[in-house]
Amino acid sequence: MDYFAQQLINGLVLGSIYGLIAIGYTMVYGIVGMINFAHGDIFMIGGFIALITFLILISLGLTAIPVILLVVLLVSMAITALYGWTIERIAYRPLRHSFRLAPMLSAIGMSFVLTNYSQVAQGARVKPIPPFITGGYTLHESADGFVIQLSNIQIMVVLTTIALLAIFTWLVSRTRLGRDMRACEQDQTMAALLGVDVDRTISMTFVIGAALAAVAGLMYLLYYGLVDFYMGFVAGIKAFTAAVLGGIGSLPGAMLGGLAIGLIETFWSAYFSVEYKDVAAFSILIIVLIFMPTGLLGRPEVEKV
Amino acid sequence: MTAKPATGIPSLLKTAFINALIALVLFSLMVGIRTEAGSDGQLTYWTRFGDLASLVAAVFGGSIVIELLRQWIGPTGAEKLVPQAVKSGMSFVGRYLAPALLIFTLLVPVIFYDQRYILDLAILVLTYVMLGWGLNVVVGLAGLLDLGYVAFYAVGAYSYALLATNFGWSFWICLPLAGILAAFWGMLLGFPVLRLRGDYLAIVTLAFGEIIRLVIINWQDLTGGPNGVTGIPRPSFFGIPLDNSDDGLAAKLGIEYSPTHRIIFLFYLILALALLTNWVTIRLRRLPIGRAWEALREDEVACRALGINTTTTKLTAFATGAMFGGFAGAFFATRQGFISPESFTFQESALVLAIVVLGGMGSQLGVALAALAMIGGFELFRGLETYRMLVFGMAMVLIMIWRPRGLIGHRAPTVYLTKAQAISSDLVKEGHG
Repeated sequence: MDYFAQQLINGLVLGSIYGLIAIGYTMVYGIVGMINFAHGDIFMIGGFIALITFLILISLGLTAIPVILLVVLLVSMAITALYGWTIERIAYRPLRHSFRLAPMLSAIGMSFVLTNYSQVAQGARVKPIPPFITGGYTLHESADGFVIQLSNIQIMVVLTTIALLAIFTWLVSRTRLGRDMRACEQDQTMAALLGVDVDRTISMTFVIGAALAAVAGLMYLLYYGLVDFYMGFVAGIKAFTAAVLGGIGSLPGAMLGGLAIGLIETFWSAYFSVEYKDVAAFSILIIVLIFMPTGLLGRPEVEKV
Repeated sequence: MTAKPATGIPSLLKTAFINALIALVLFSLMVGIRTEAGSDGQLTYWTRFGDLASLVAAVFGGSIVIELLRQWIGPTGAEKLVPQAVKSGMSFVGRYLAPALLIFTLLVPVIFYDQRYILDLAILVLTYVMLGWGLNVVVGLAGLLDLGYVAFYAVGAYSYALLATNFGWSFWICLPLAGILAAFWGMLLGFPVLRLRGDYLAIVTLAFGEIIRLVIINWQDLTGGPNGVTGIPRPSFFGIPLDNSDDGLAAKLGIEYSPTHRIIFLFYLILALALLTNWVTIRLRRLPIGRAWEALREDEVACRALGINTTTTKLTAFATGAMFGGFAGAFFATRQGFISPESFTFQESALVLAIVVLGGMGSQLGVALAALAMIGGFELFRGLETYRMLVFGMAMVLIMIWRPRGLIGHRAPTVYLTKAQAISSDLVKEGHG
């Protein structure tokens, strides 16, 4: 039981990171209708920028951890968001009214570019950082000595995710930008006729998605203590799986799917085999889609002839 | 980057300046600062402001050049008038390009007999031509987006490798078996995805490809895990080995043995397999099943309404495409003599898909040309090592922007009415179809 509780905590933390990335996928899919394959690599870039900012701040002599974290968060969100914006501008906007496969291939190409760009720029070796946020709470200690740990970094990941989700939900449901985004999702032409700047809205979608991915990158860096140039691919596929599992285009679905994938992975590694954890996640995706072809919370597609 | 039409010199400079500024922010940390883990695990960093400055300068200069080119070429959407002579010349080239290419390909081993490198490259290109034609059945004809095609390639390769190394079966027995096994896996993948469409299909096929790769890596007893399978037998000329022994083909024919013989044999083998793929595809397009595939690609709902069984149509498309992938995989295994999961990553799937889309989705000649361009181009940049994939990715993006519909983008309908038929209005009134 204690072991189960510990794995539940670990799974929720991992799921939060996946969920943050998945939101970027699902948002872009909902509005532009394309799979942004490069999104996983945006997450990776976010992790790298966070790492570099950390290094600079520490070598400048800063010691206050909250200040460092805040600066790193802001810098990595800002620069990664600019990456998202640029990529949309270069690789996706010219293809917006092209046929369906063209933007996707362009995105795959962009993903190769980003992966190899960071390999060339920062080298192929894994980059570790010393743990920044240490300590934690012991929730329960059983008779046989097994301890349920809740570390501070885990609390921070979950709290940040909840806070971001709250801000994000407010943004989508209450602000002008959110209304524009929902309008573009329903009908771009009509939205444009009613005075919505469609180009700007789509750009902002990429910017927000990239910023969330940057936060996920920072969390990953703090939680696992390392980044490497290849981490975007696996995390990207997992997060996309999460988005599809939850029903692509649905924002609560993305978070739910992320948590589901995180939990499946953690429990499978804990109780069955670590090697097959990804196989388990992908198999469950396929099984869910057999019975619910639009995911857990997706709207059934109404086809008009 | 900024797409505003710039007219004068000041606005041109302004655009370039903004682009350079964006580049400065983008590259500032990633390029300007280089991190590396030291021997004690401590991260160190050093600055590379020179590289950063030259990159930003390149962006500044590049955006001026692009902007000037854009003004010089004019708006991209404009219809360009092509002179009649050029048009007829193009159609002449178009008609004779395929046969000319085929004849040239047949002559490649004769022309480049002594150049091992070119022969090896030609074999590689033909393997990708075959993979492209195989995937073309699924993506180009049936319109089912498959991001995990490499799974069938892997199934074919491992089928031959394991059967040949464990049971000593010959290549010619294993080749059909590899195809059948891959087709079987294609059907297996087909079942869960029958109800899915578009992007759901894409992610499930991608997941399937990853599952196959992960199972190959982790099922070490069977597949050897990350170490792969070594010592895969070379193919024989229908039972006669291609080696230096007394039973070898060279000895039987009474000619001097040369290692090039095997390369040339492999070349004609993959050429035959690729042409078989092409021929089968062309024939299938004329059969009801091929027409059903194309109908499915155009409109699934209309297909159902017309009584086409979409289940069998999709499954046969997956199975046929997978079978050719399996053949190509078996060939790959026998050519390399060694296979490992490294060869079957998502990158391969993306490469084959890029070949199909670049080739114009459904055009056989286009796929062949695209494979030549992609693999040949890939080889050209071999000297660049780490920059190779970077250049490849950029090329993919640029080609998609330049020609989103592929090199040969026109998709002629296989069937069409020769004359317009007048339909009486009482046939089309409501309730009568």
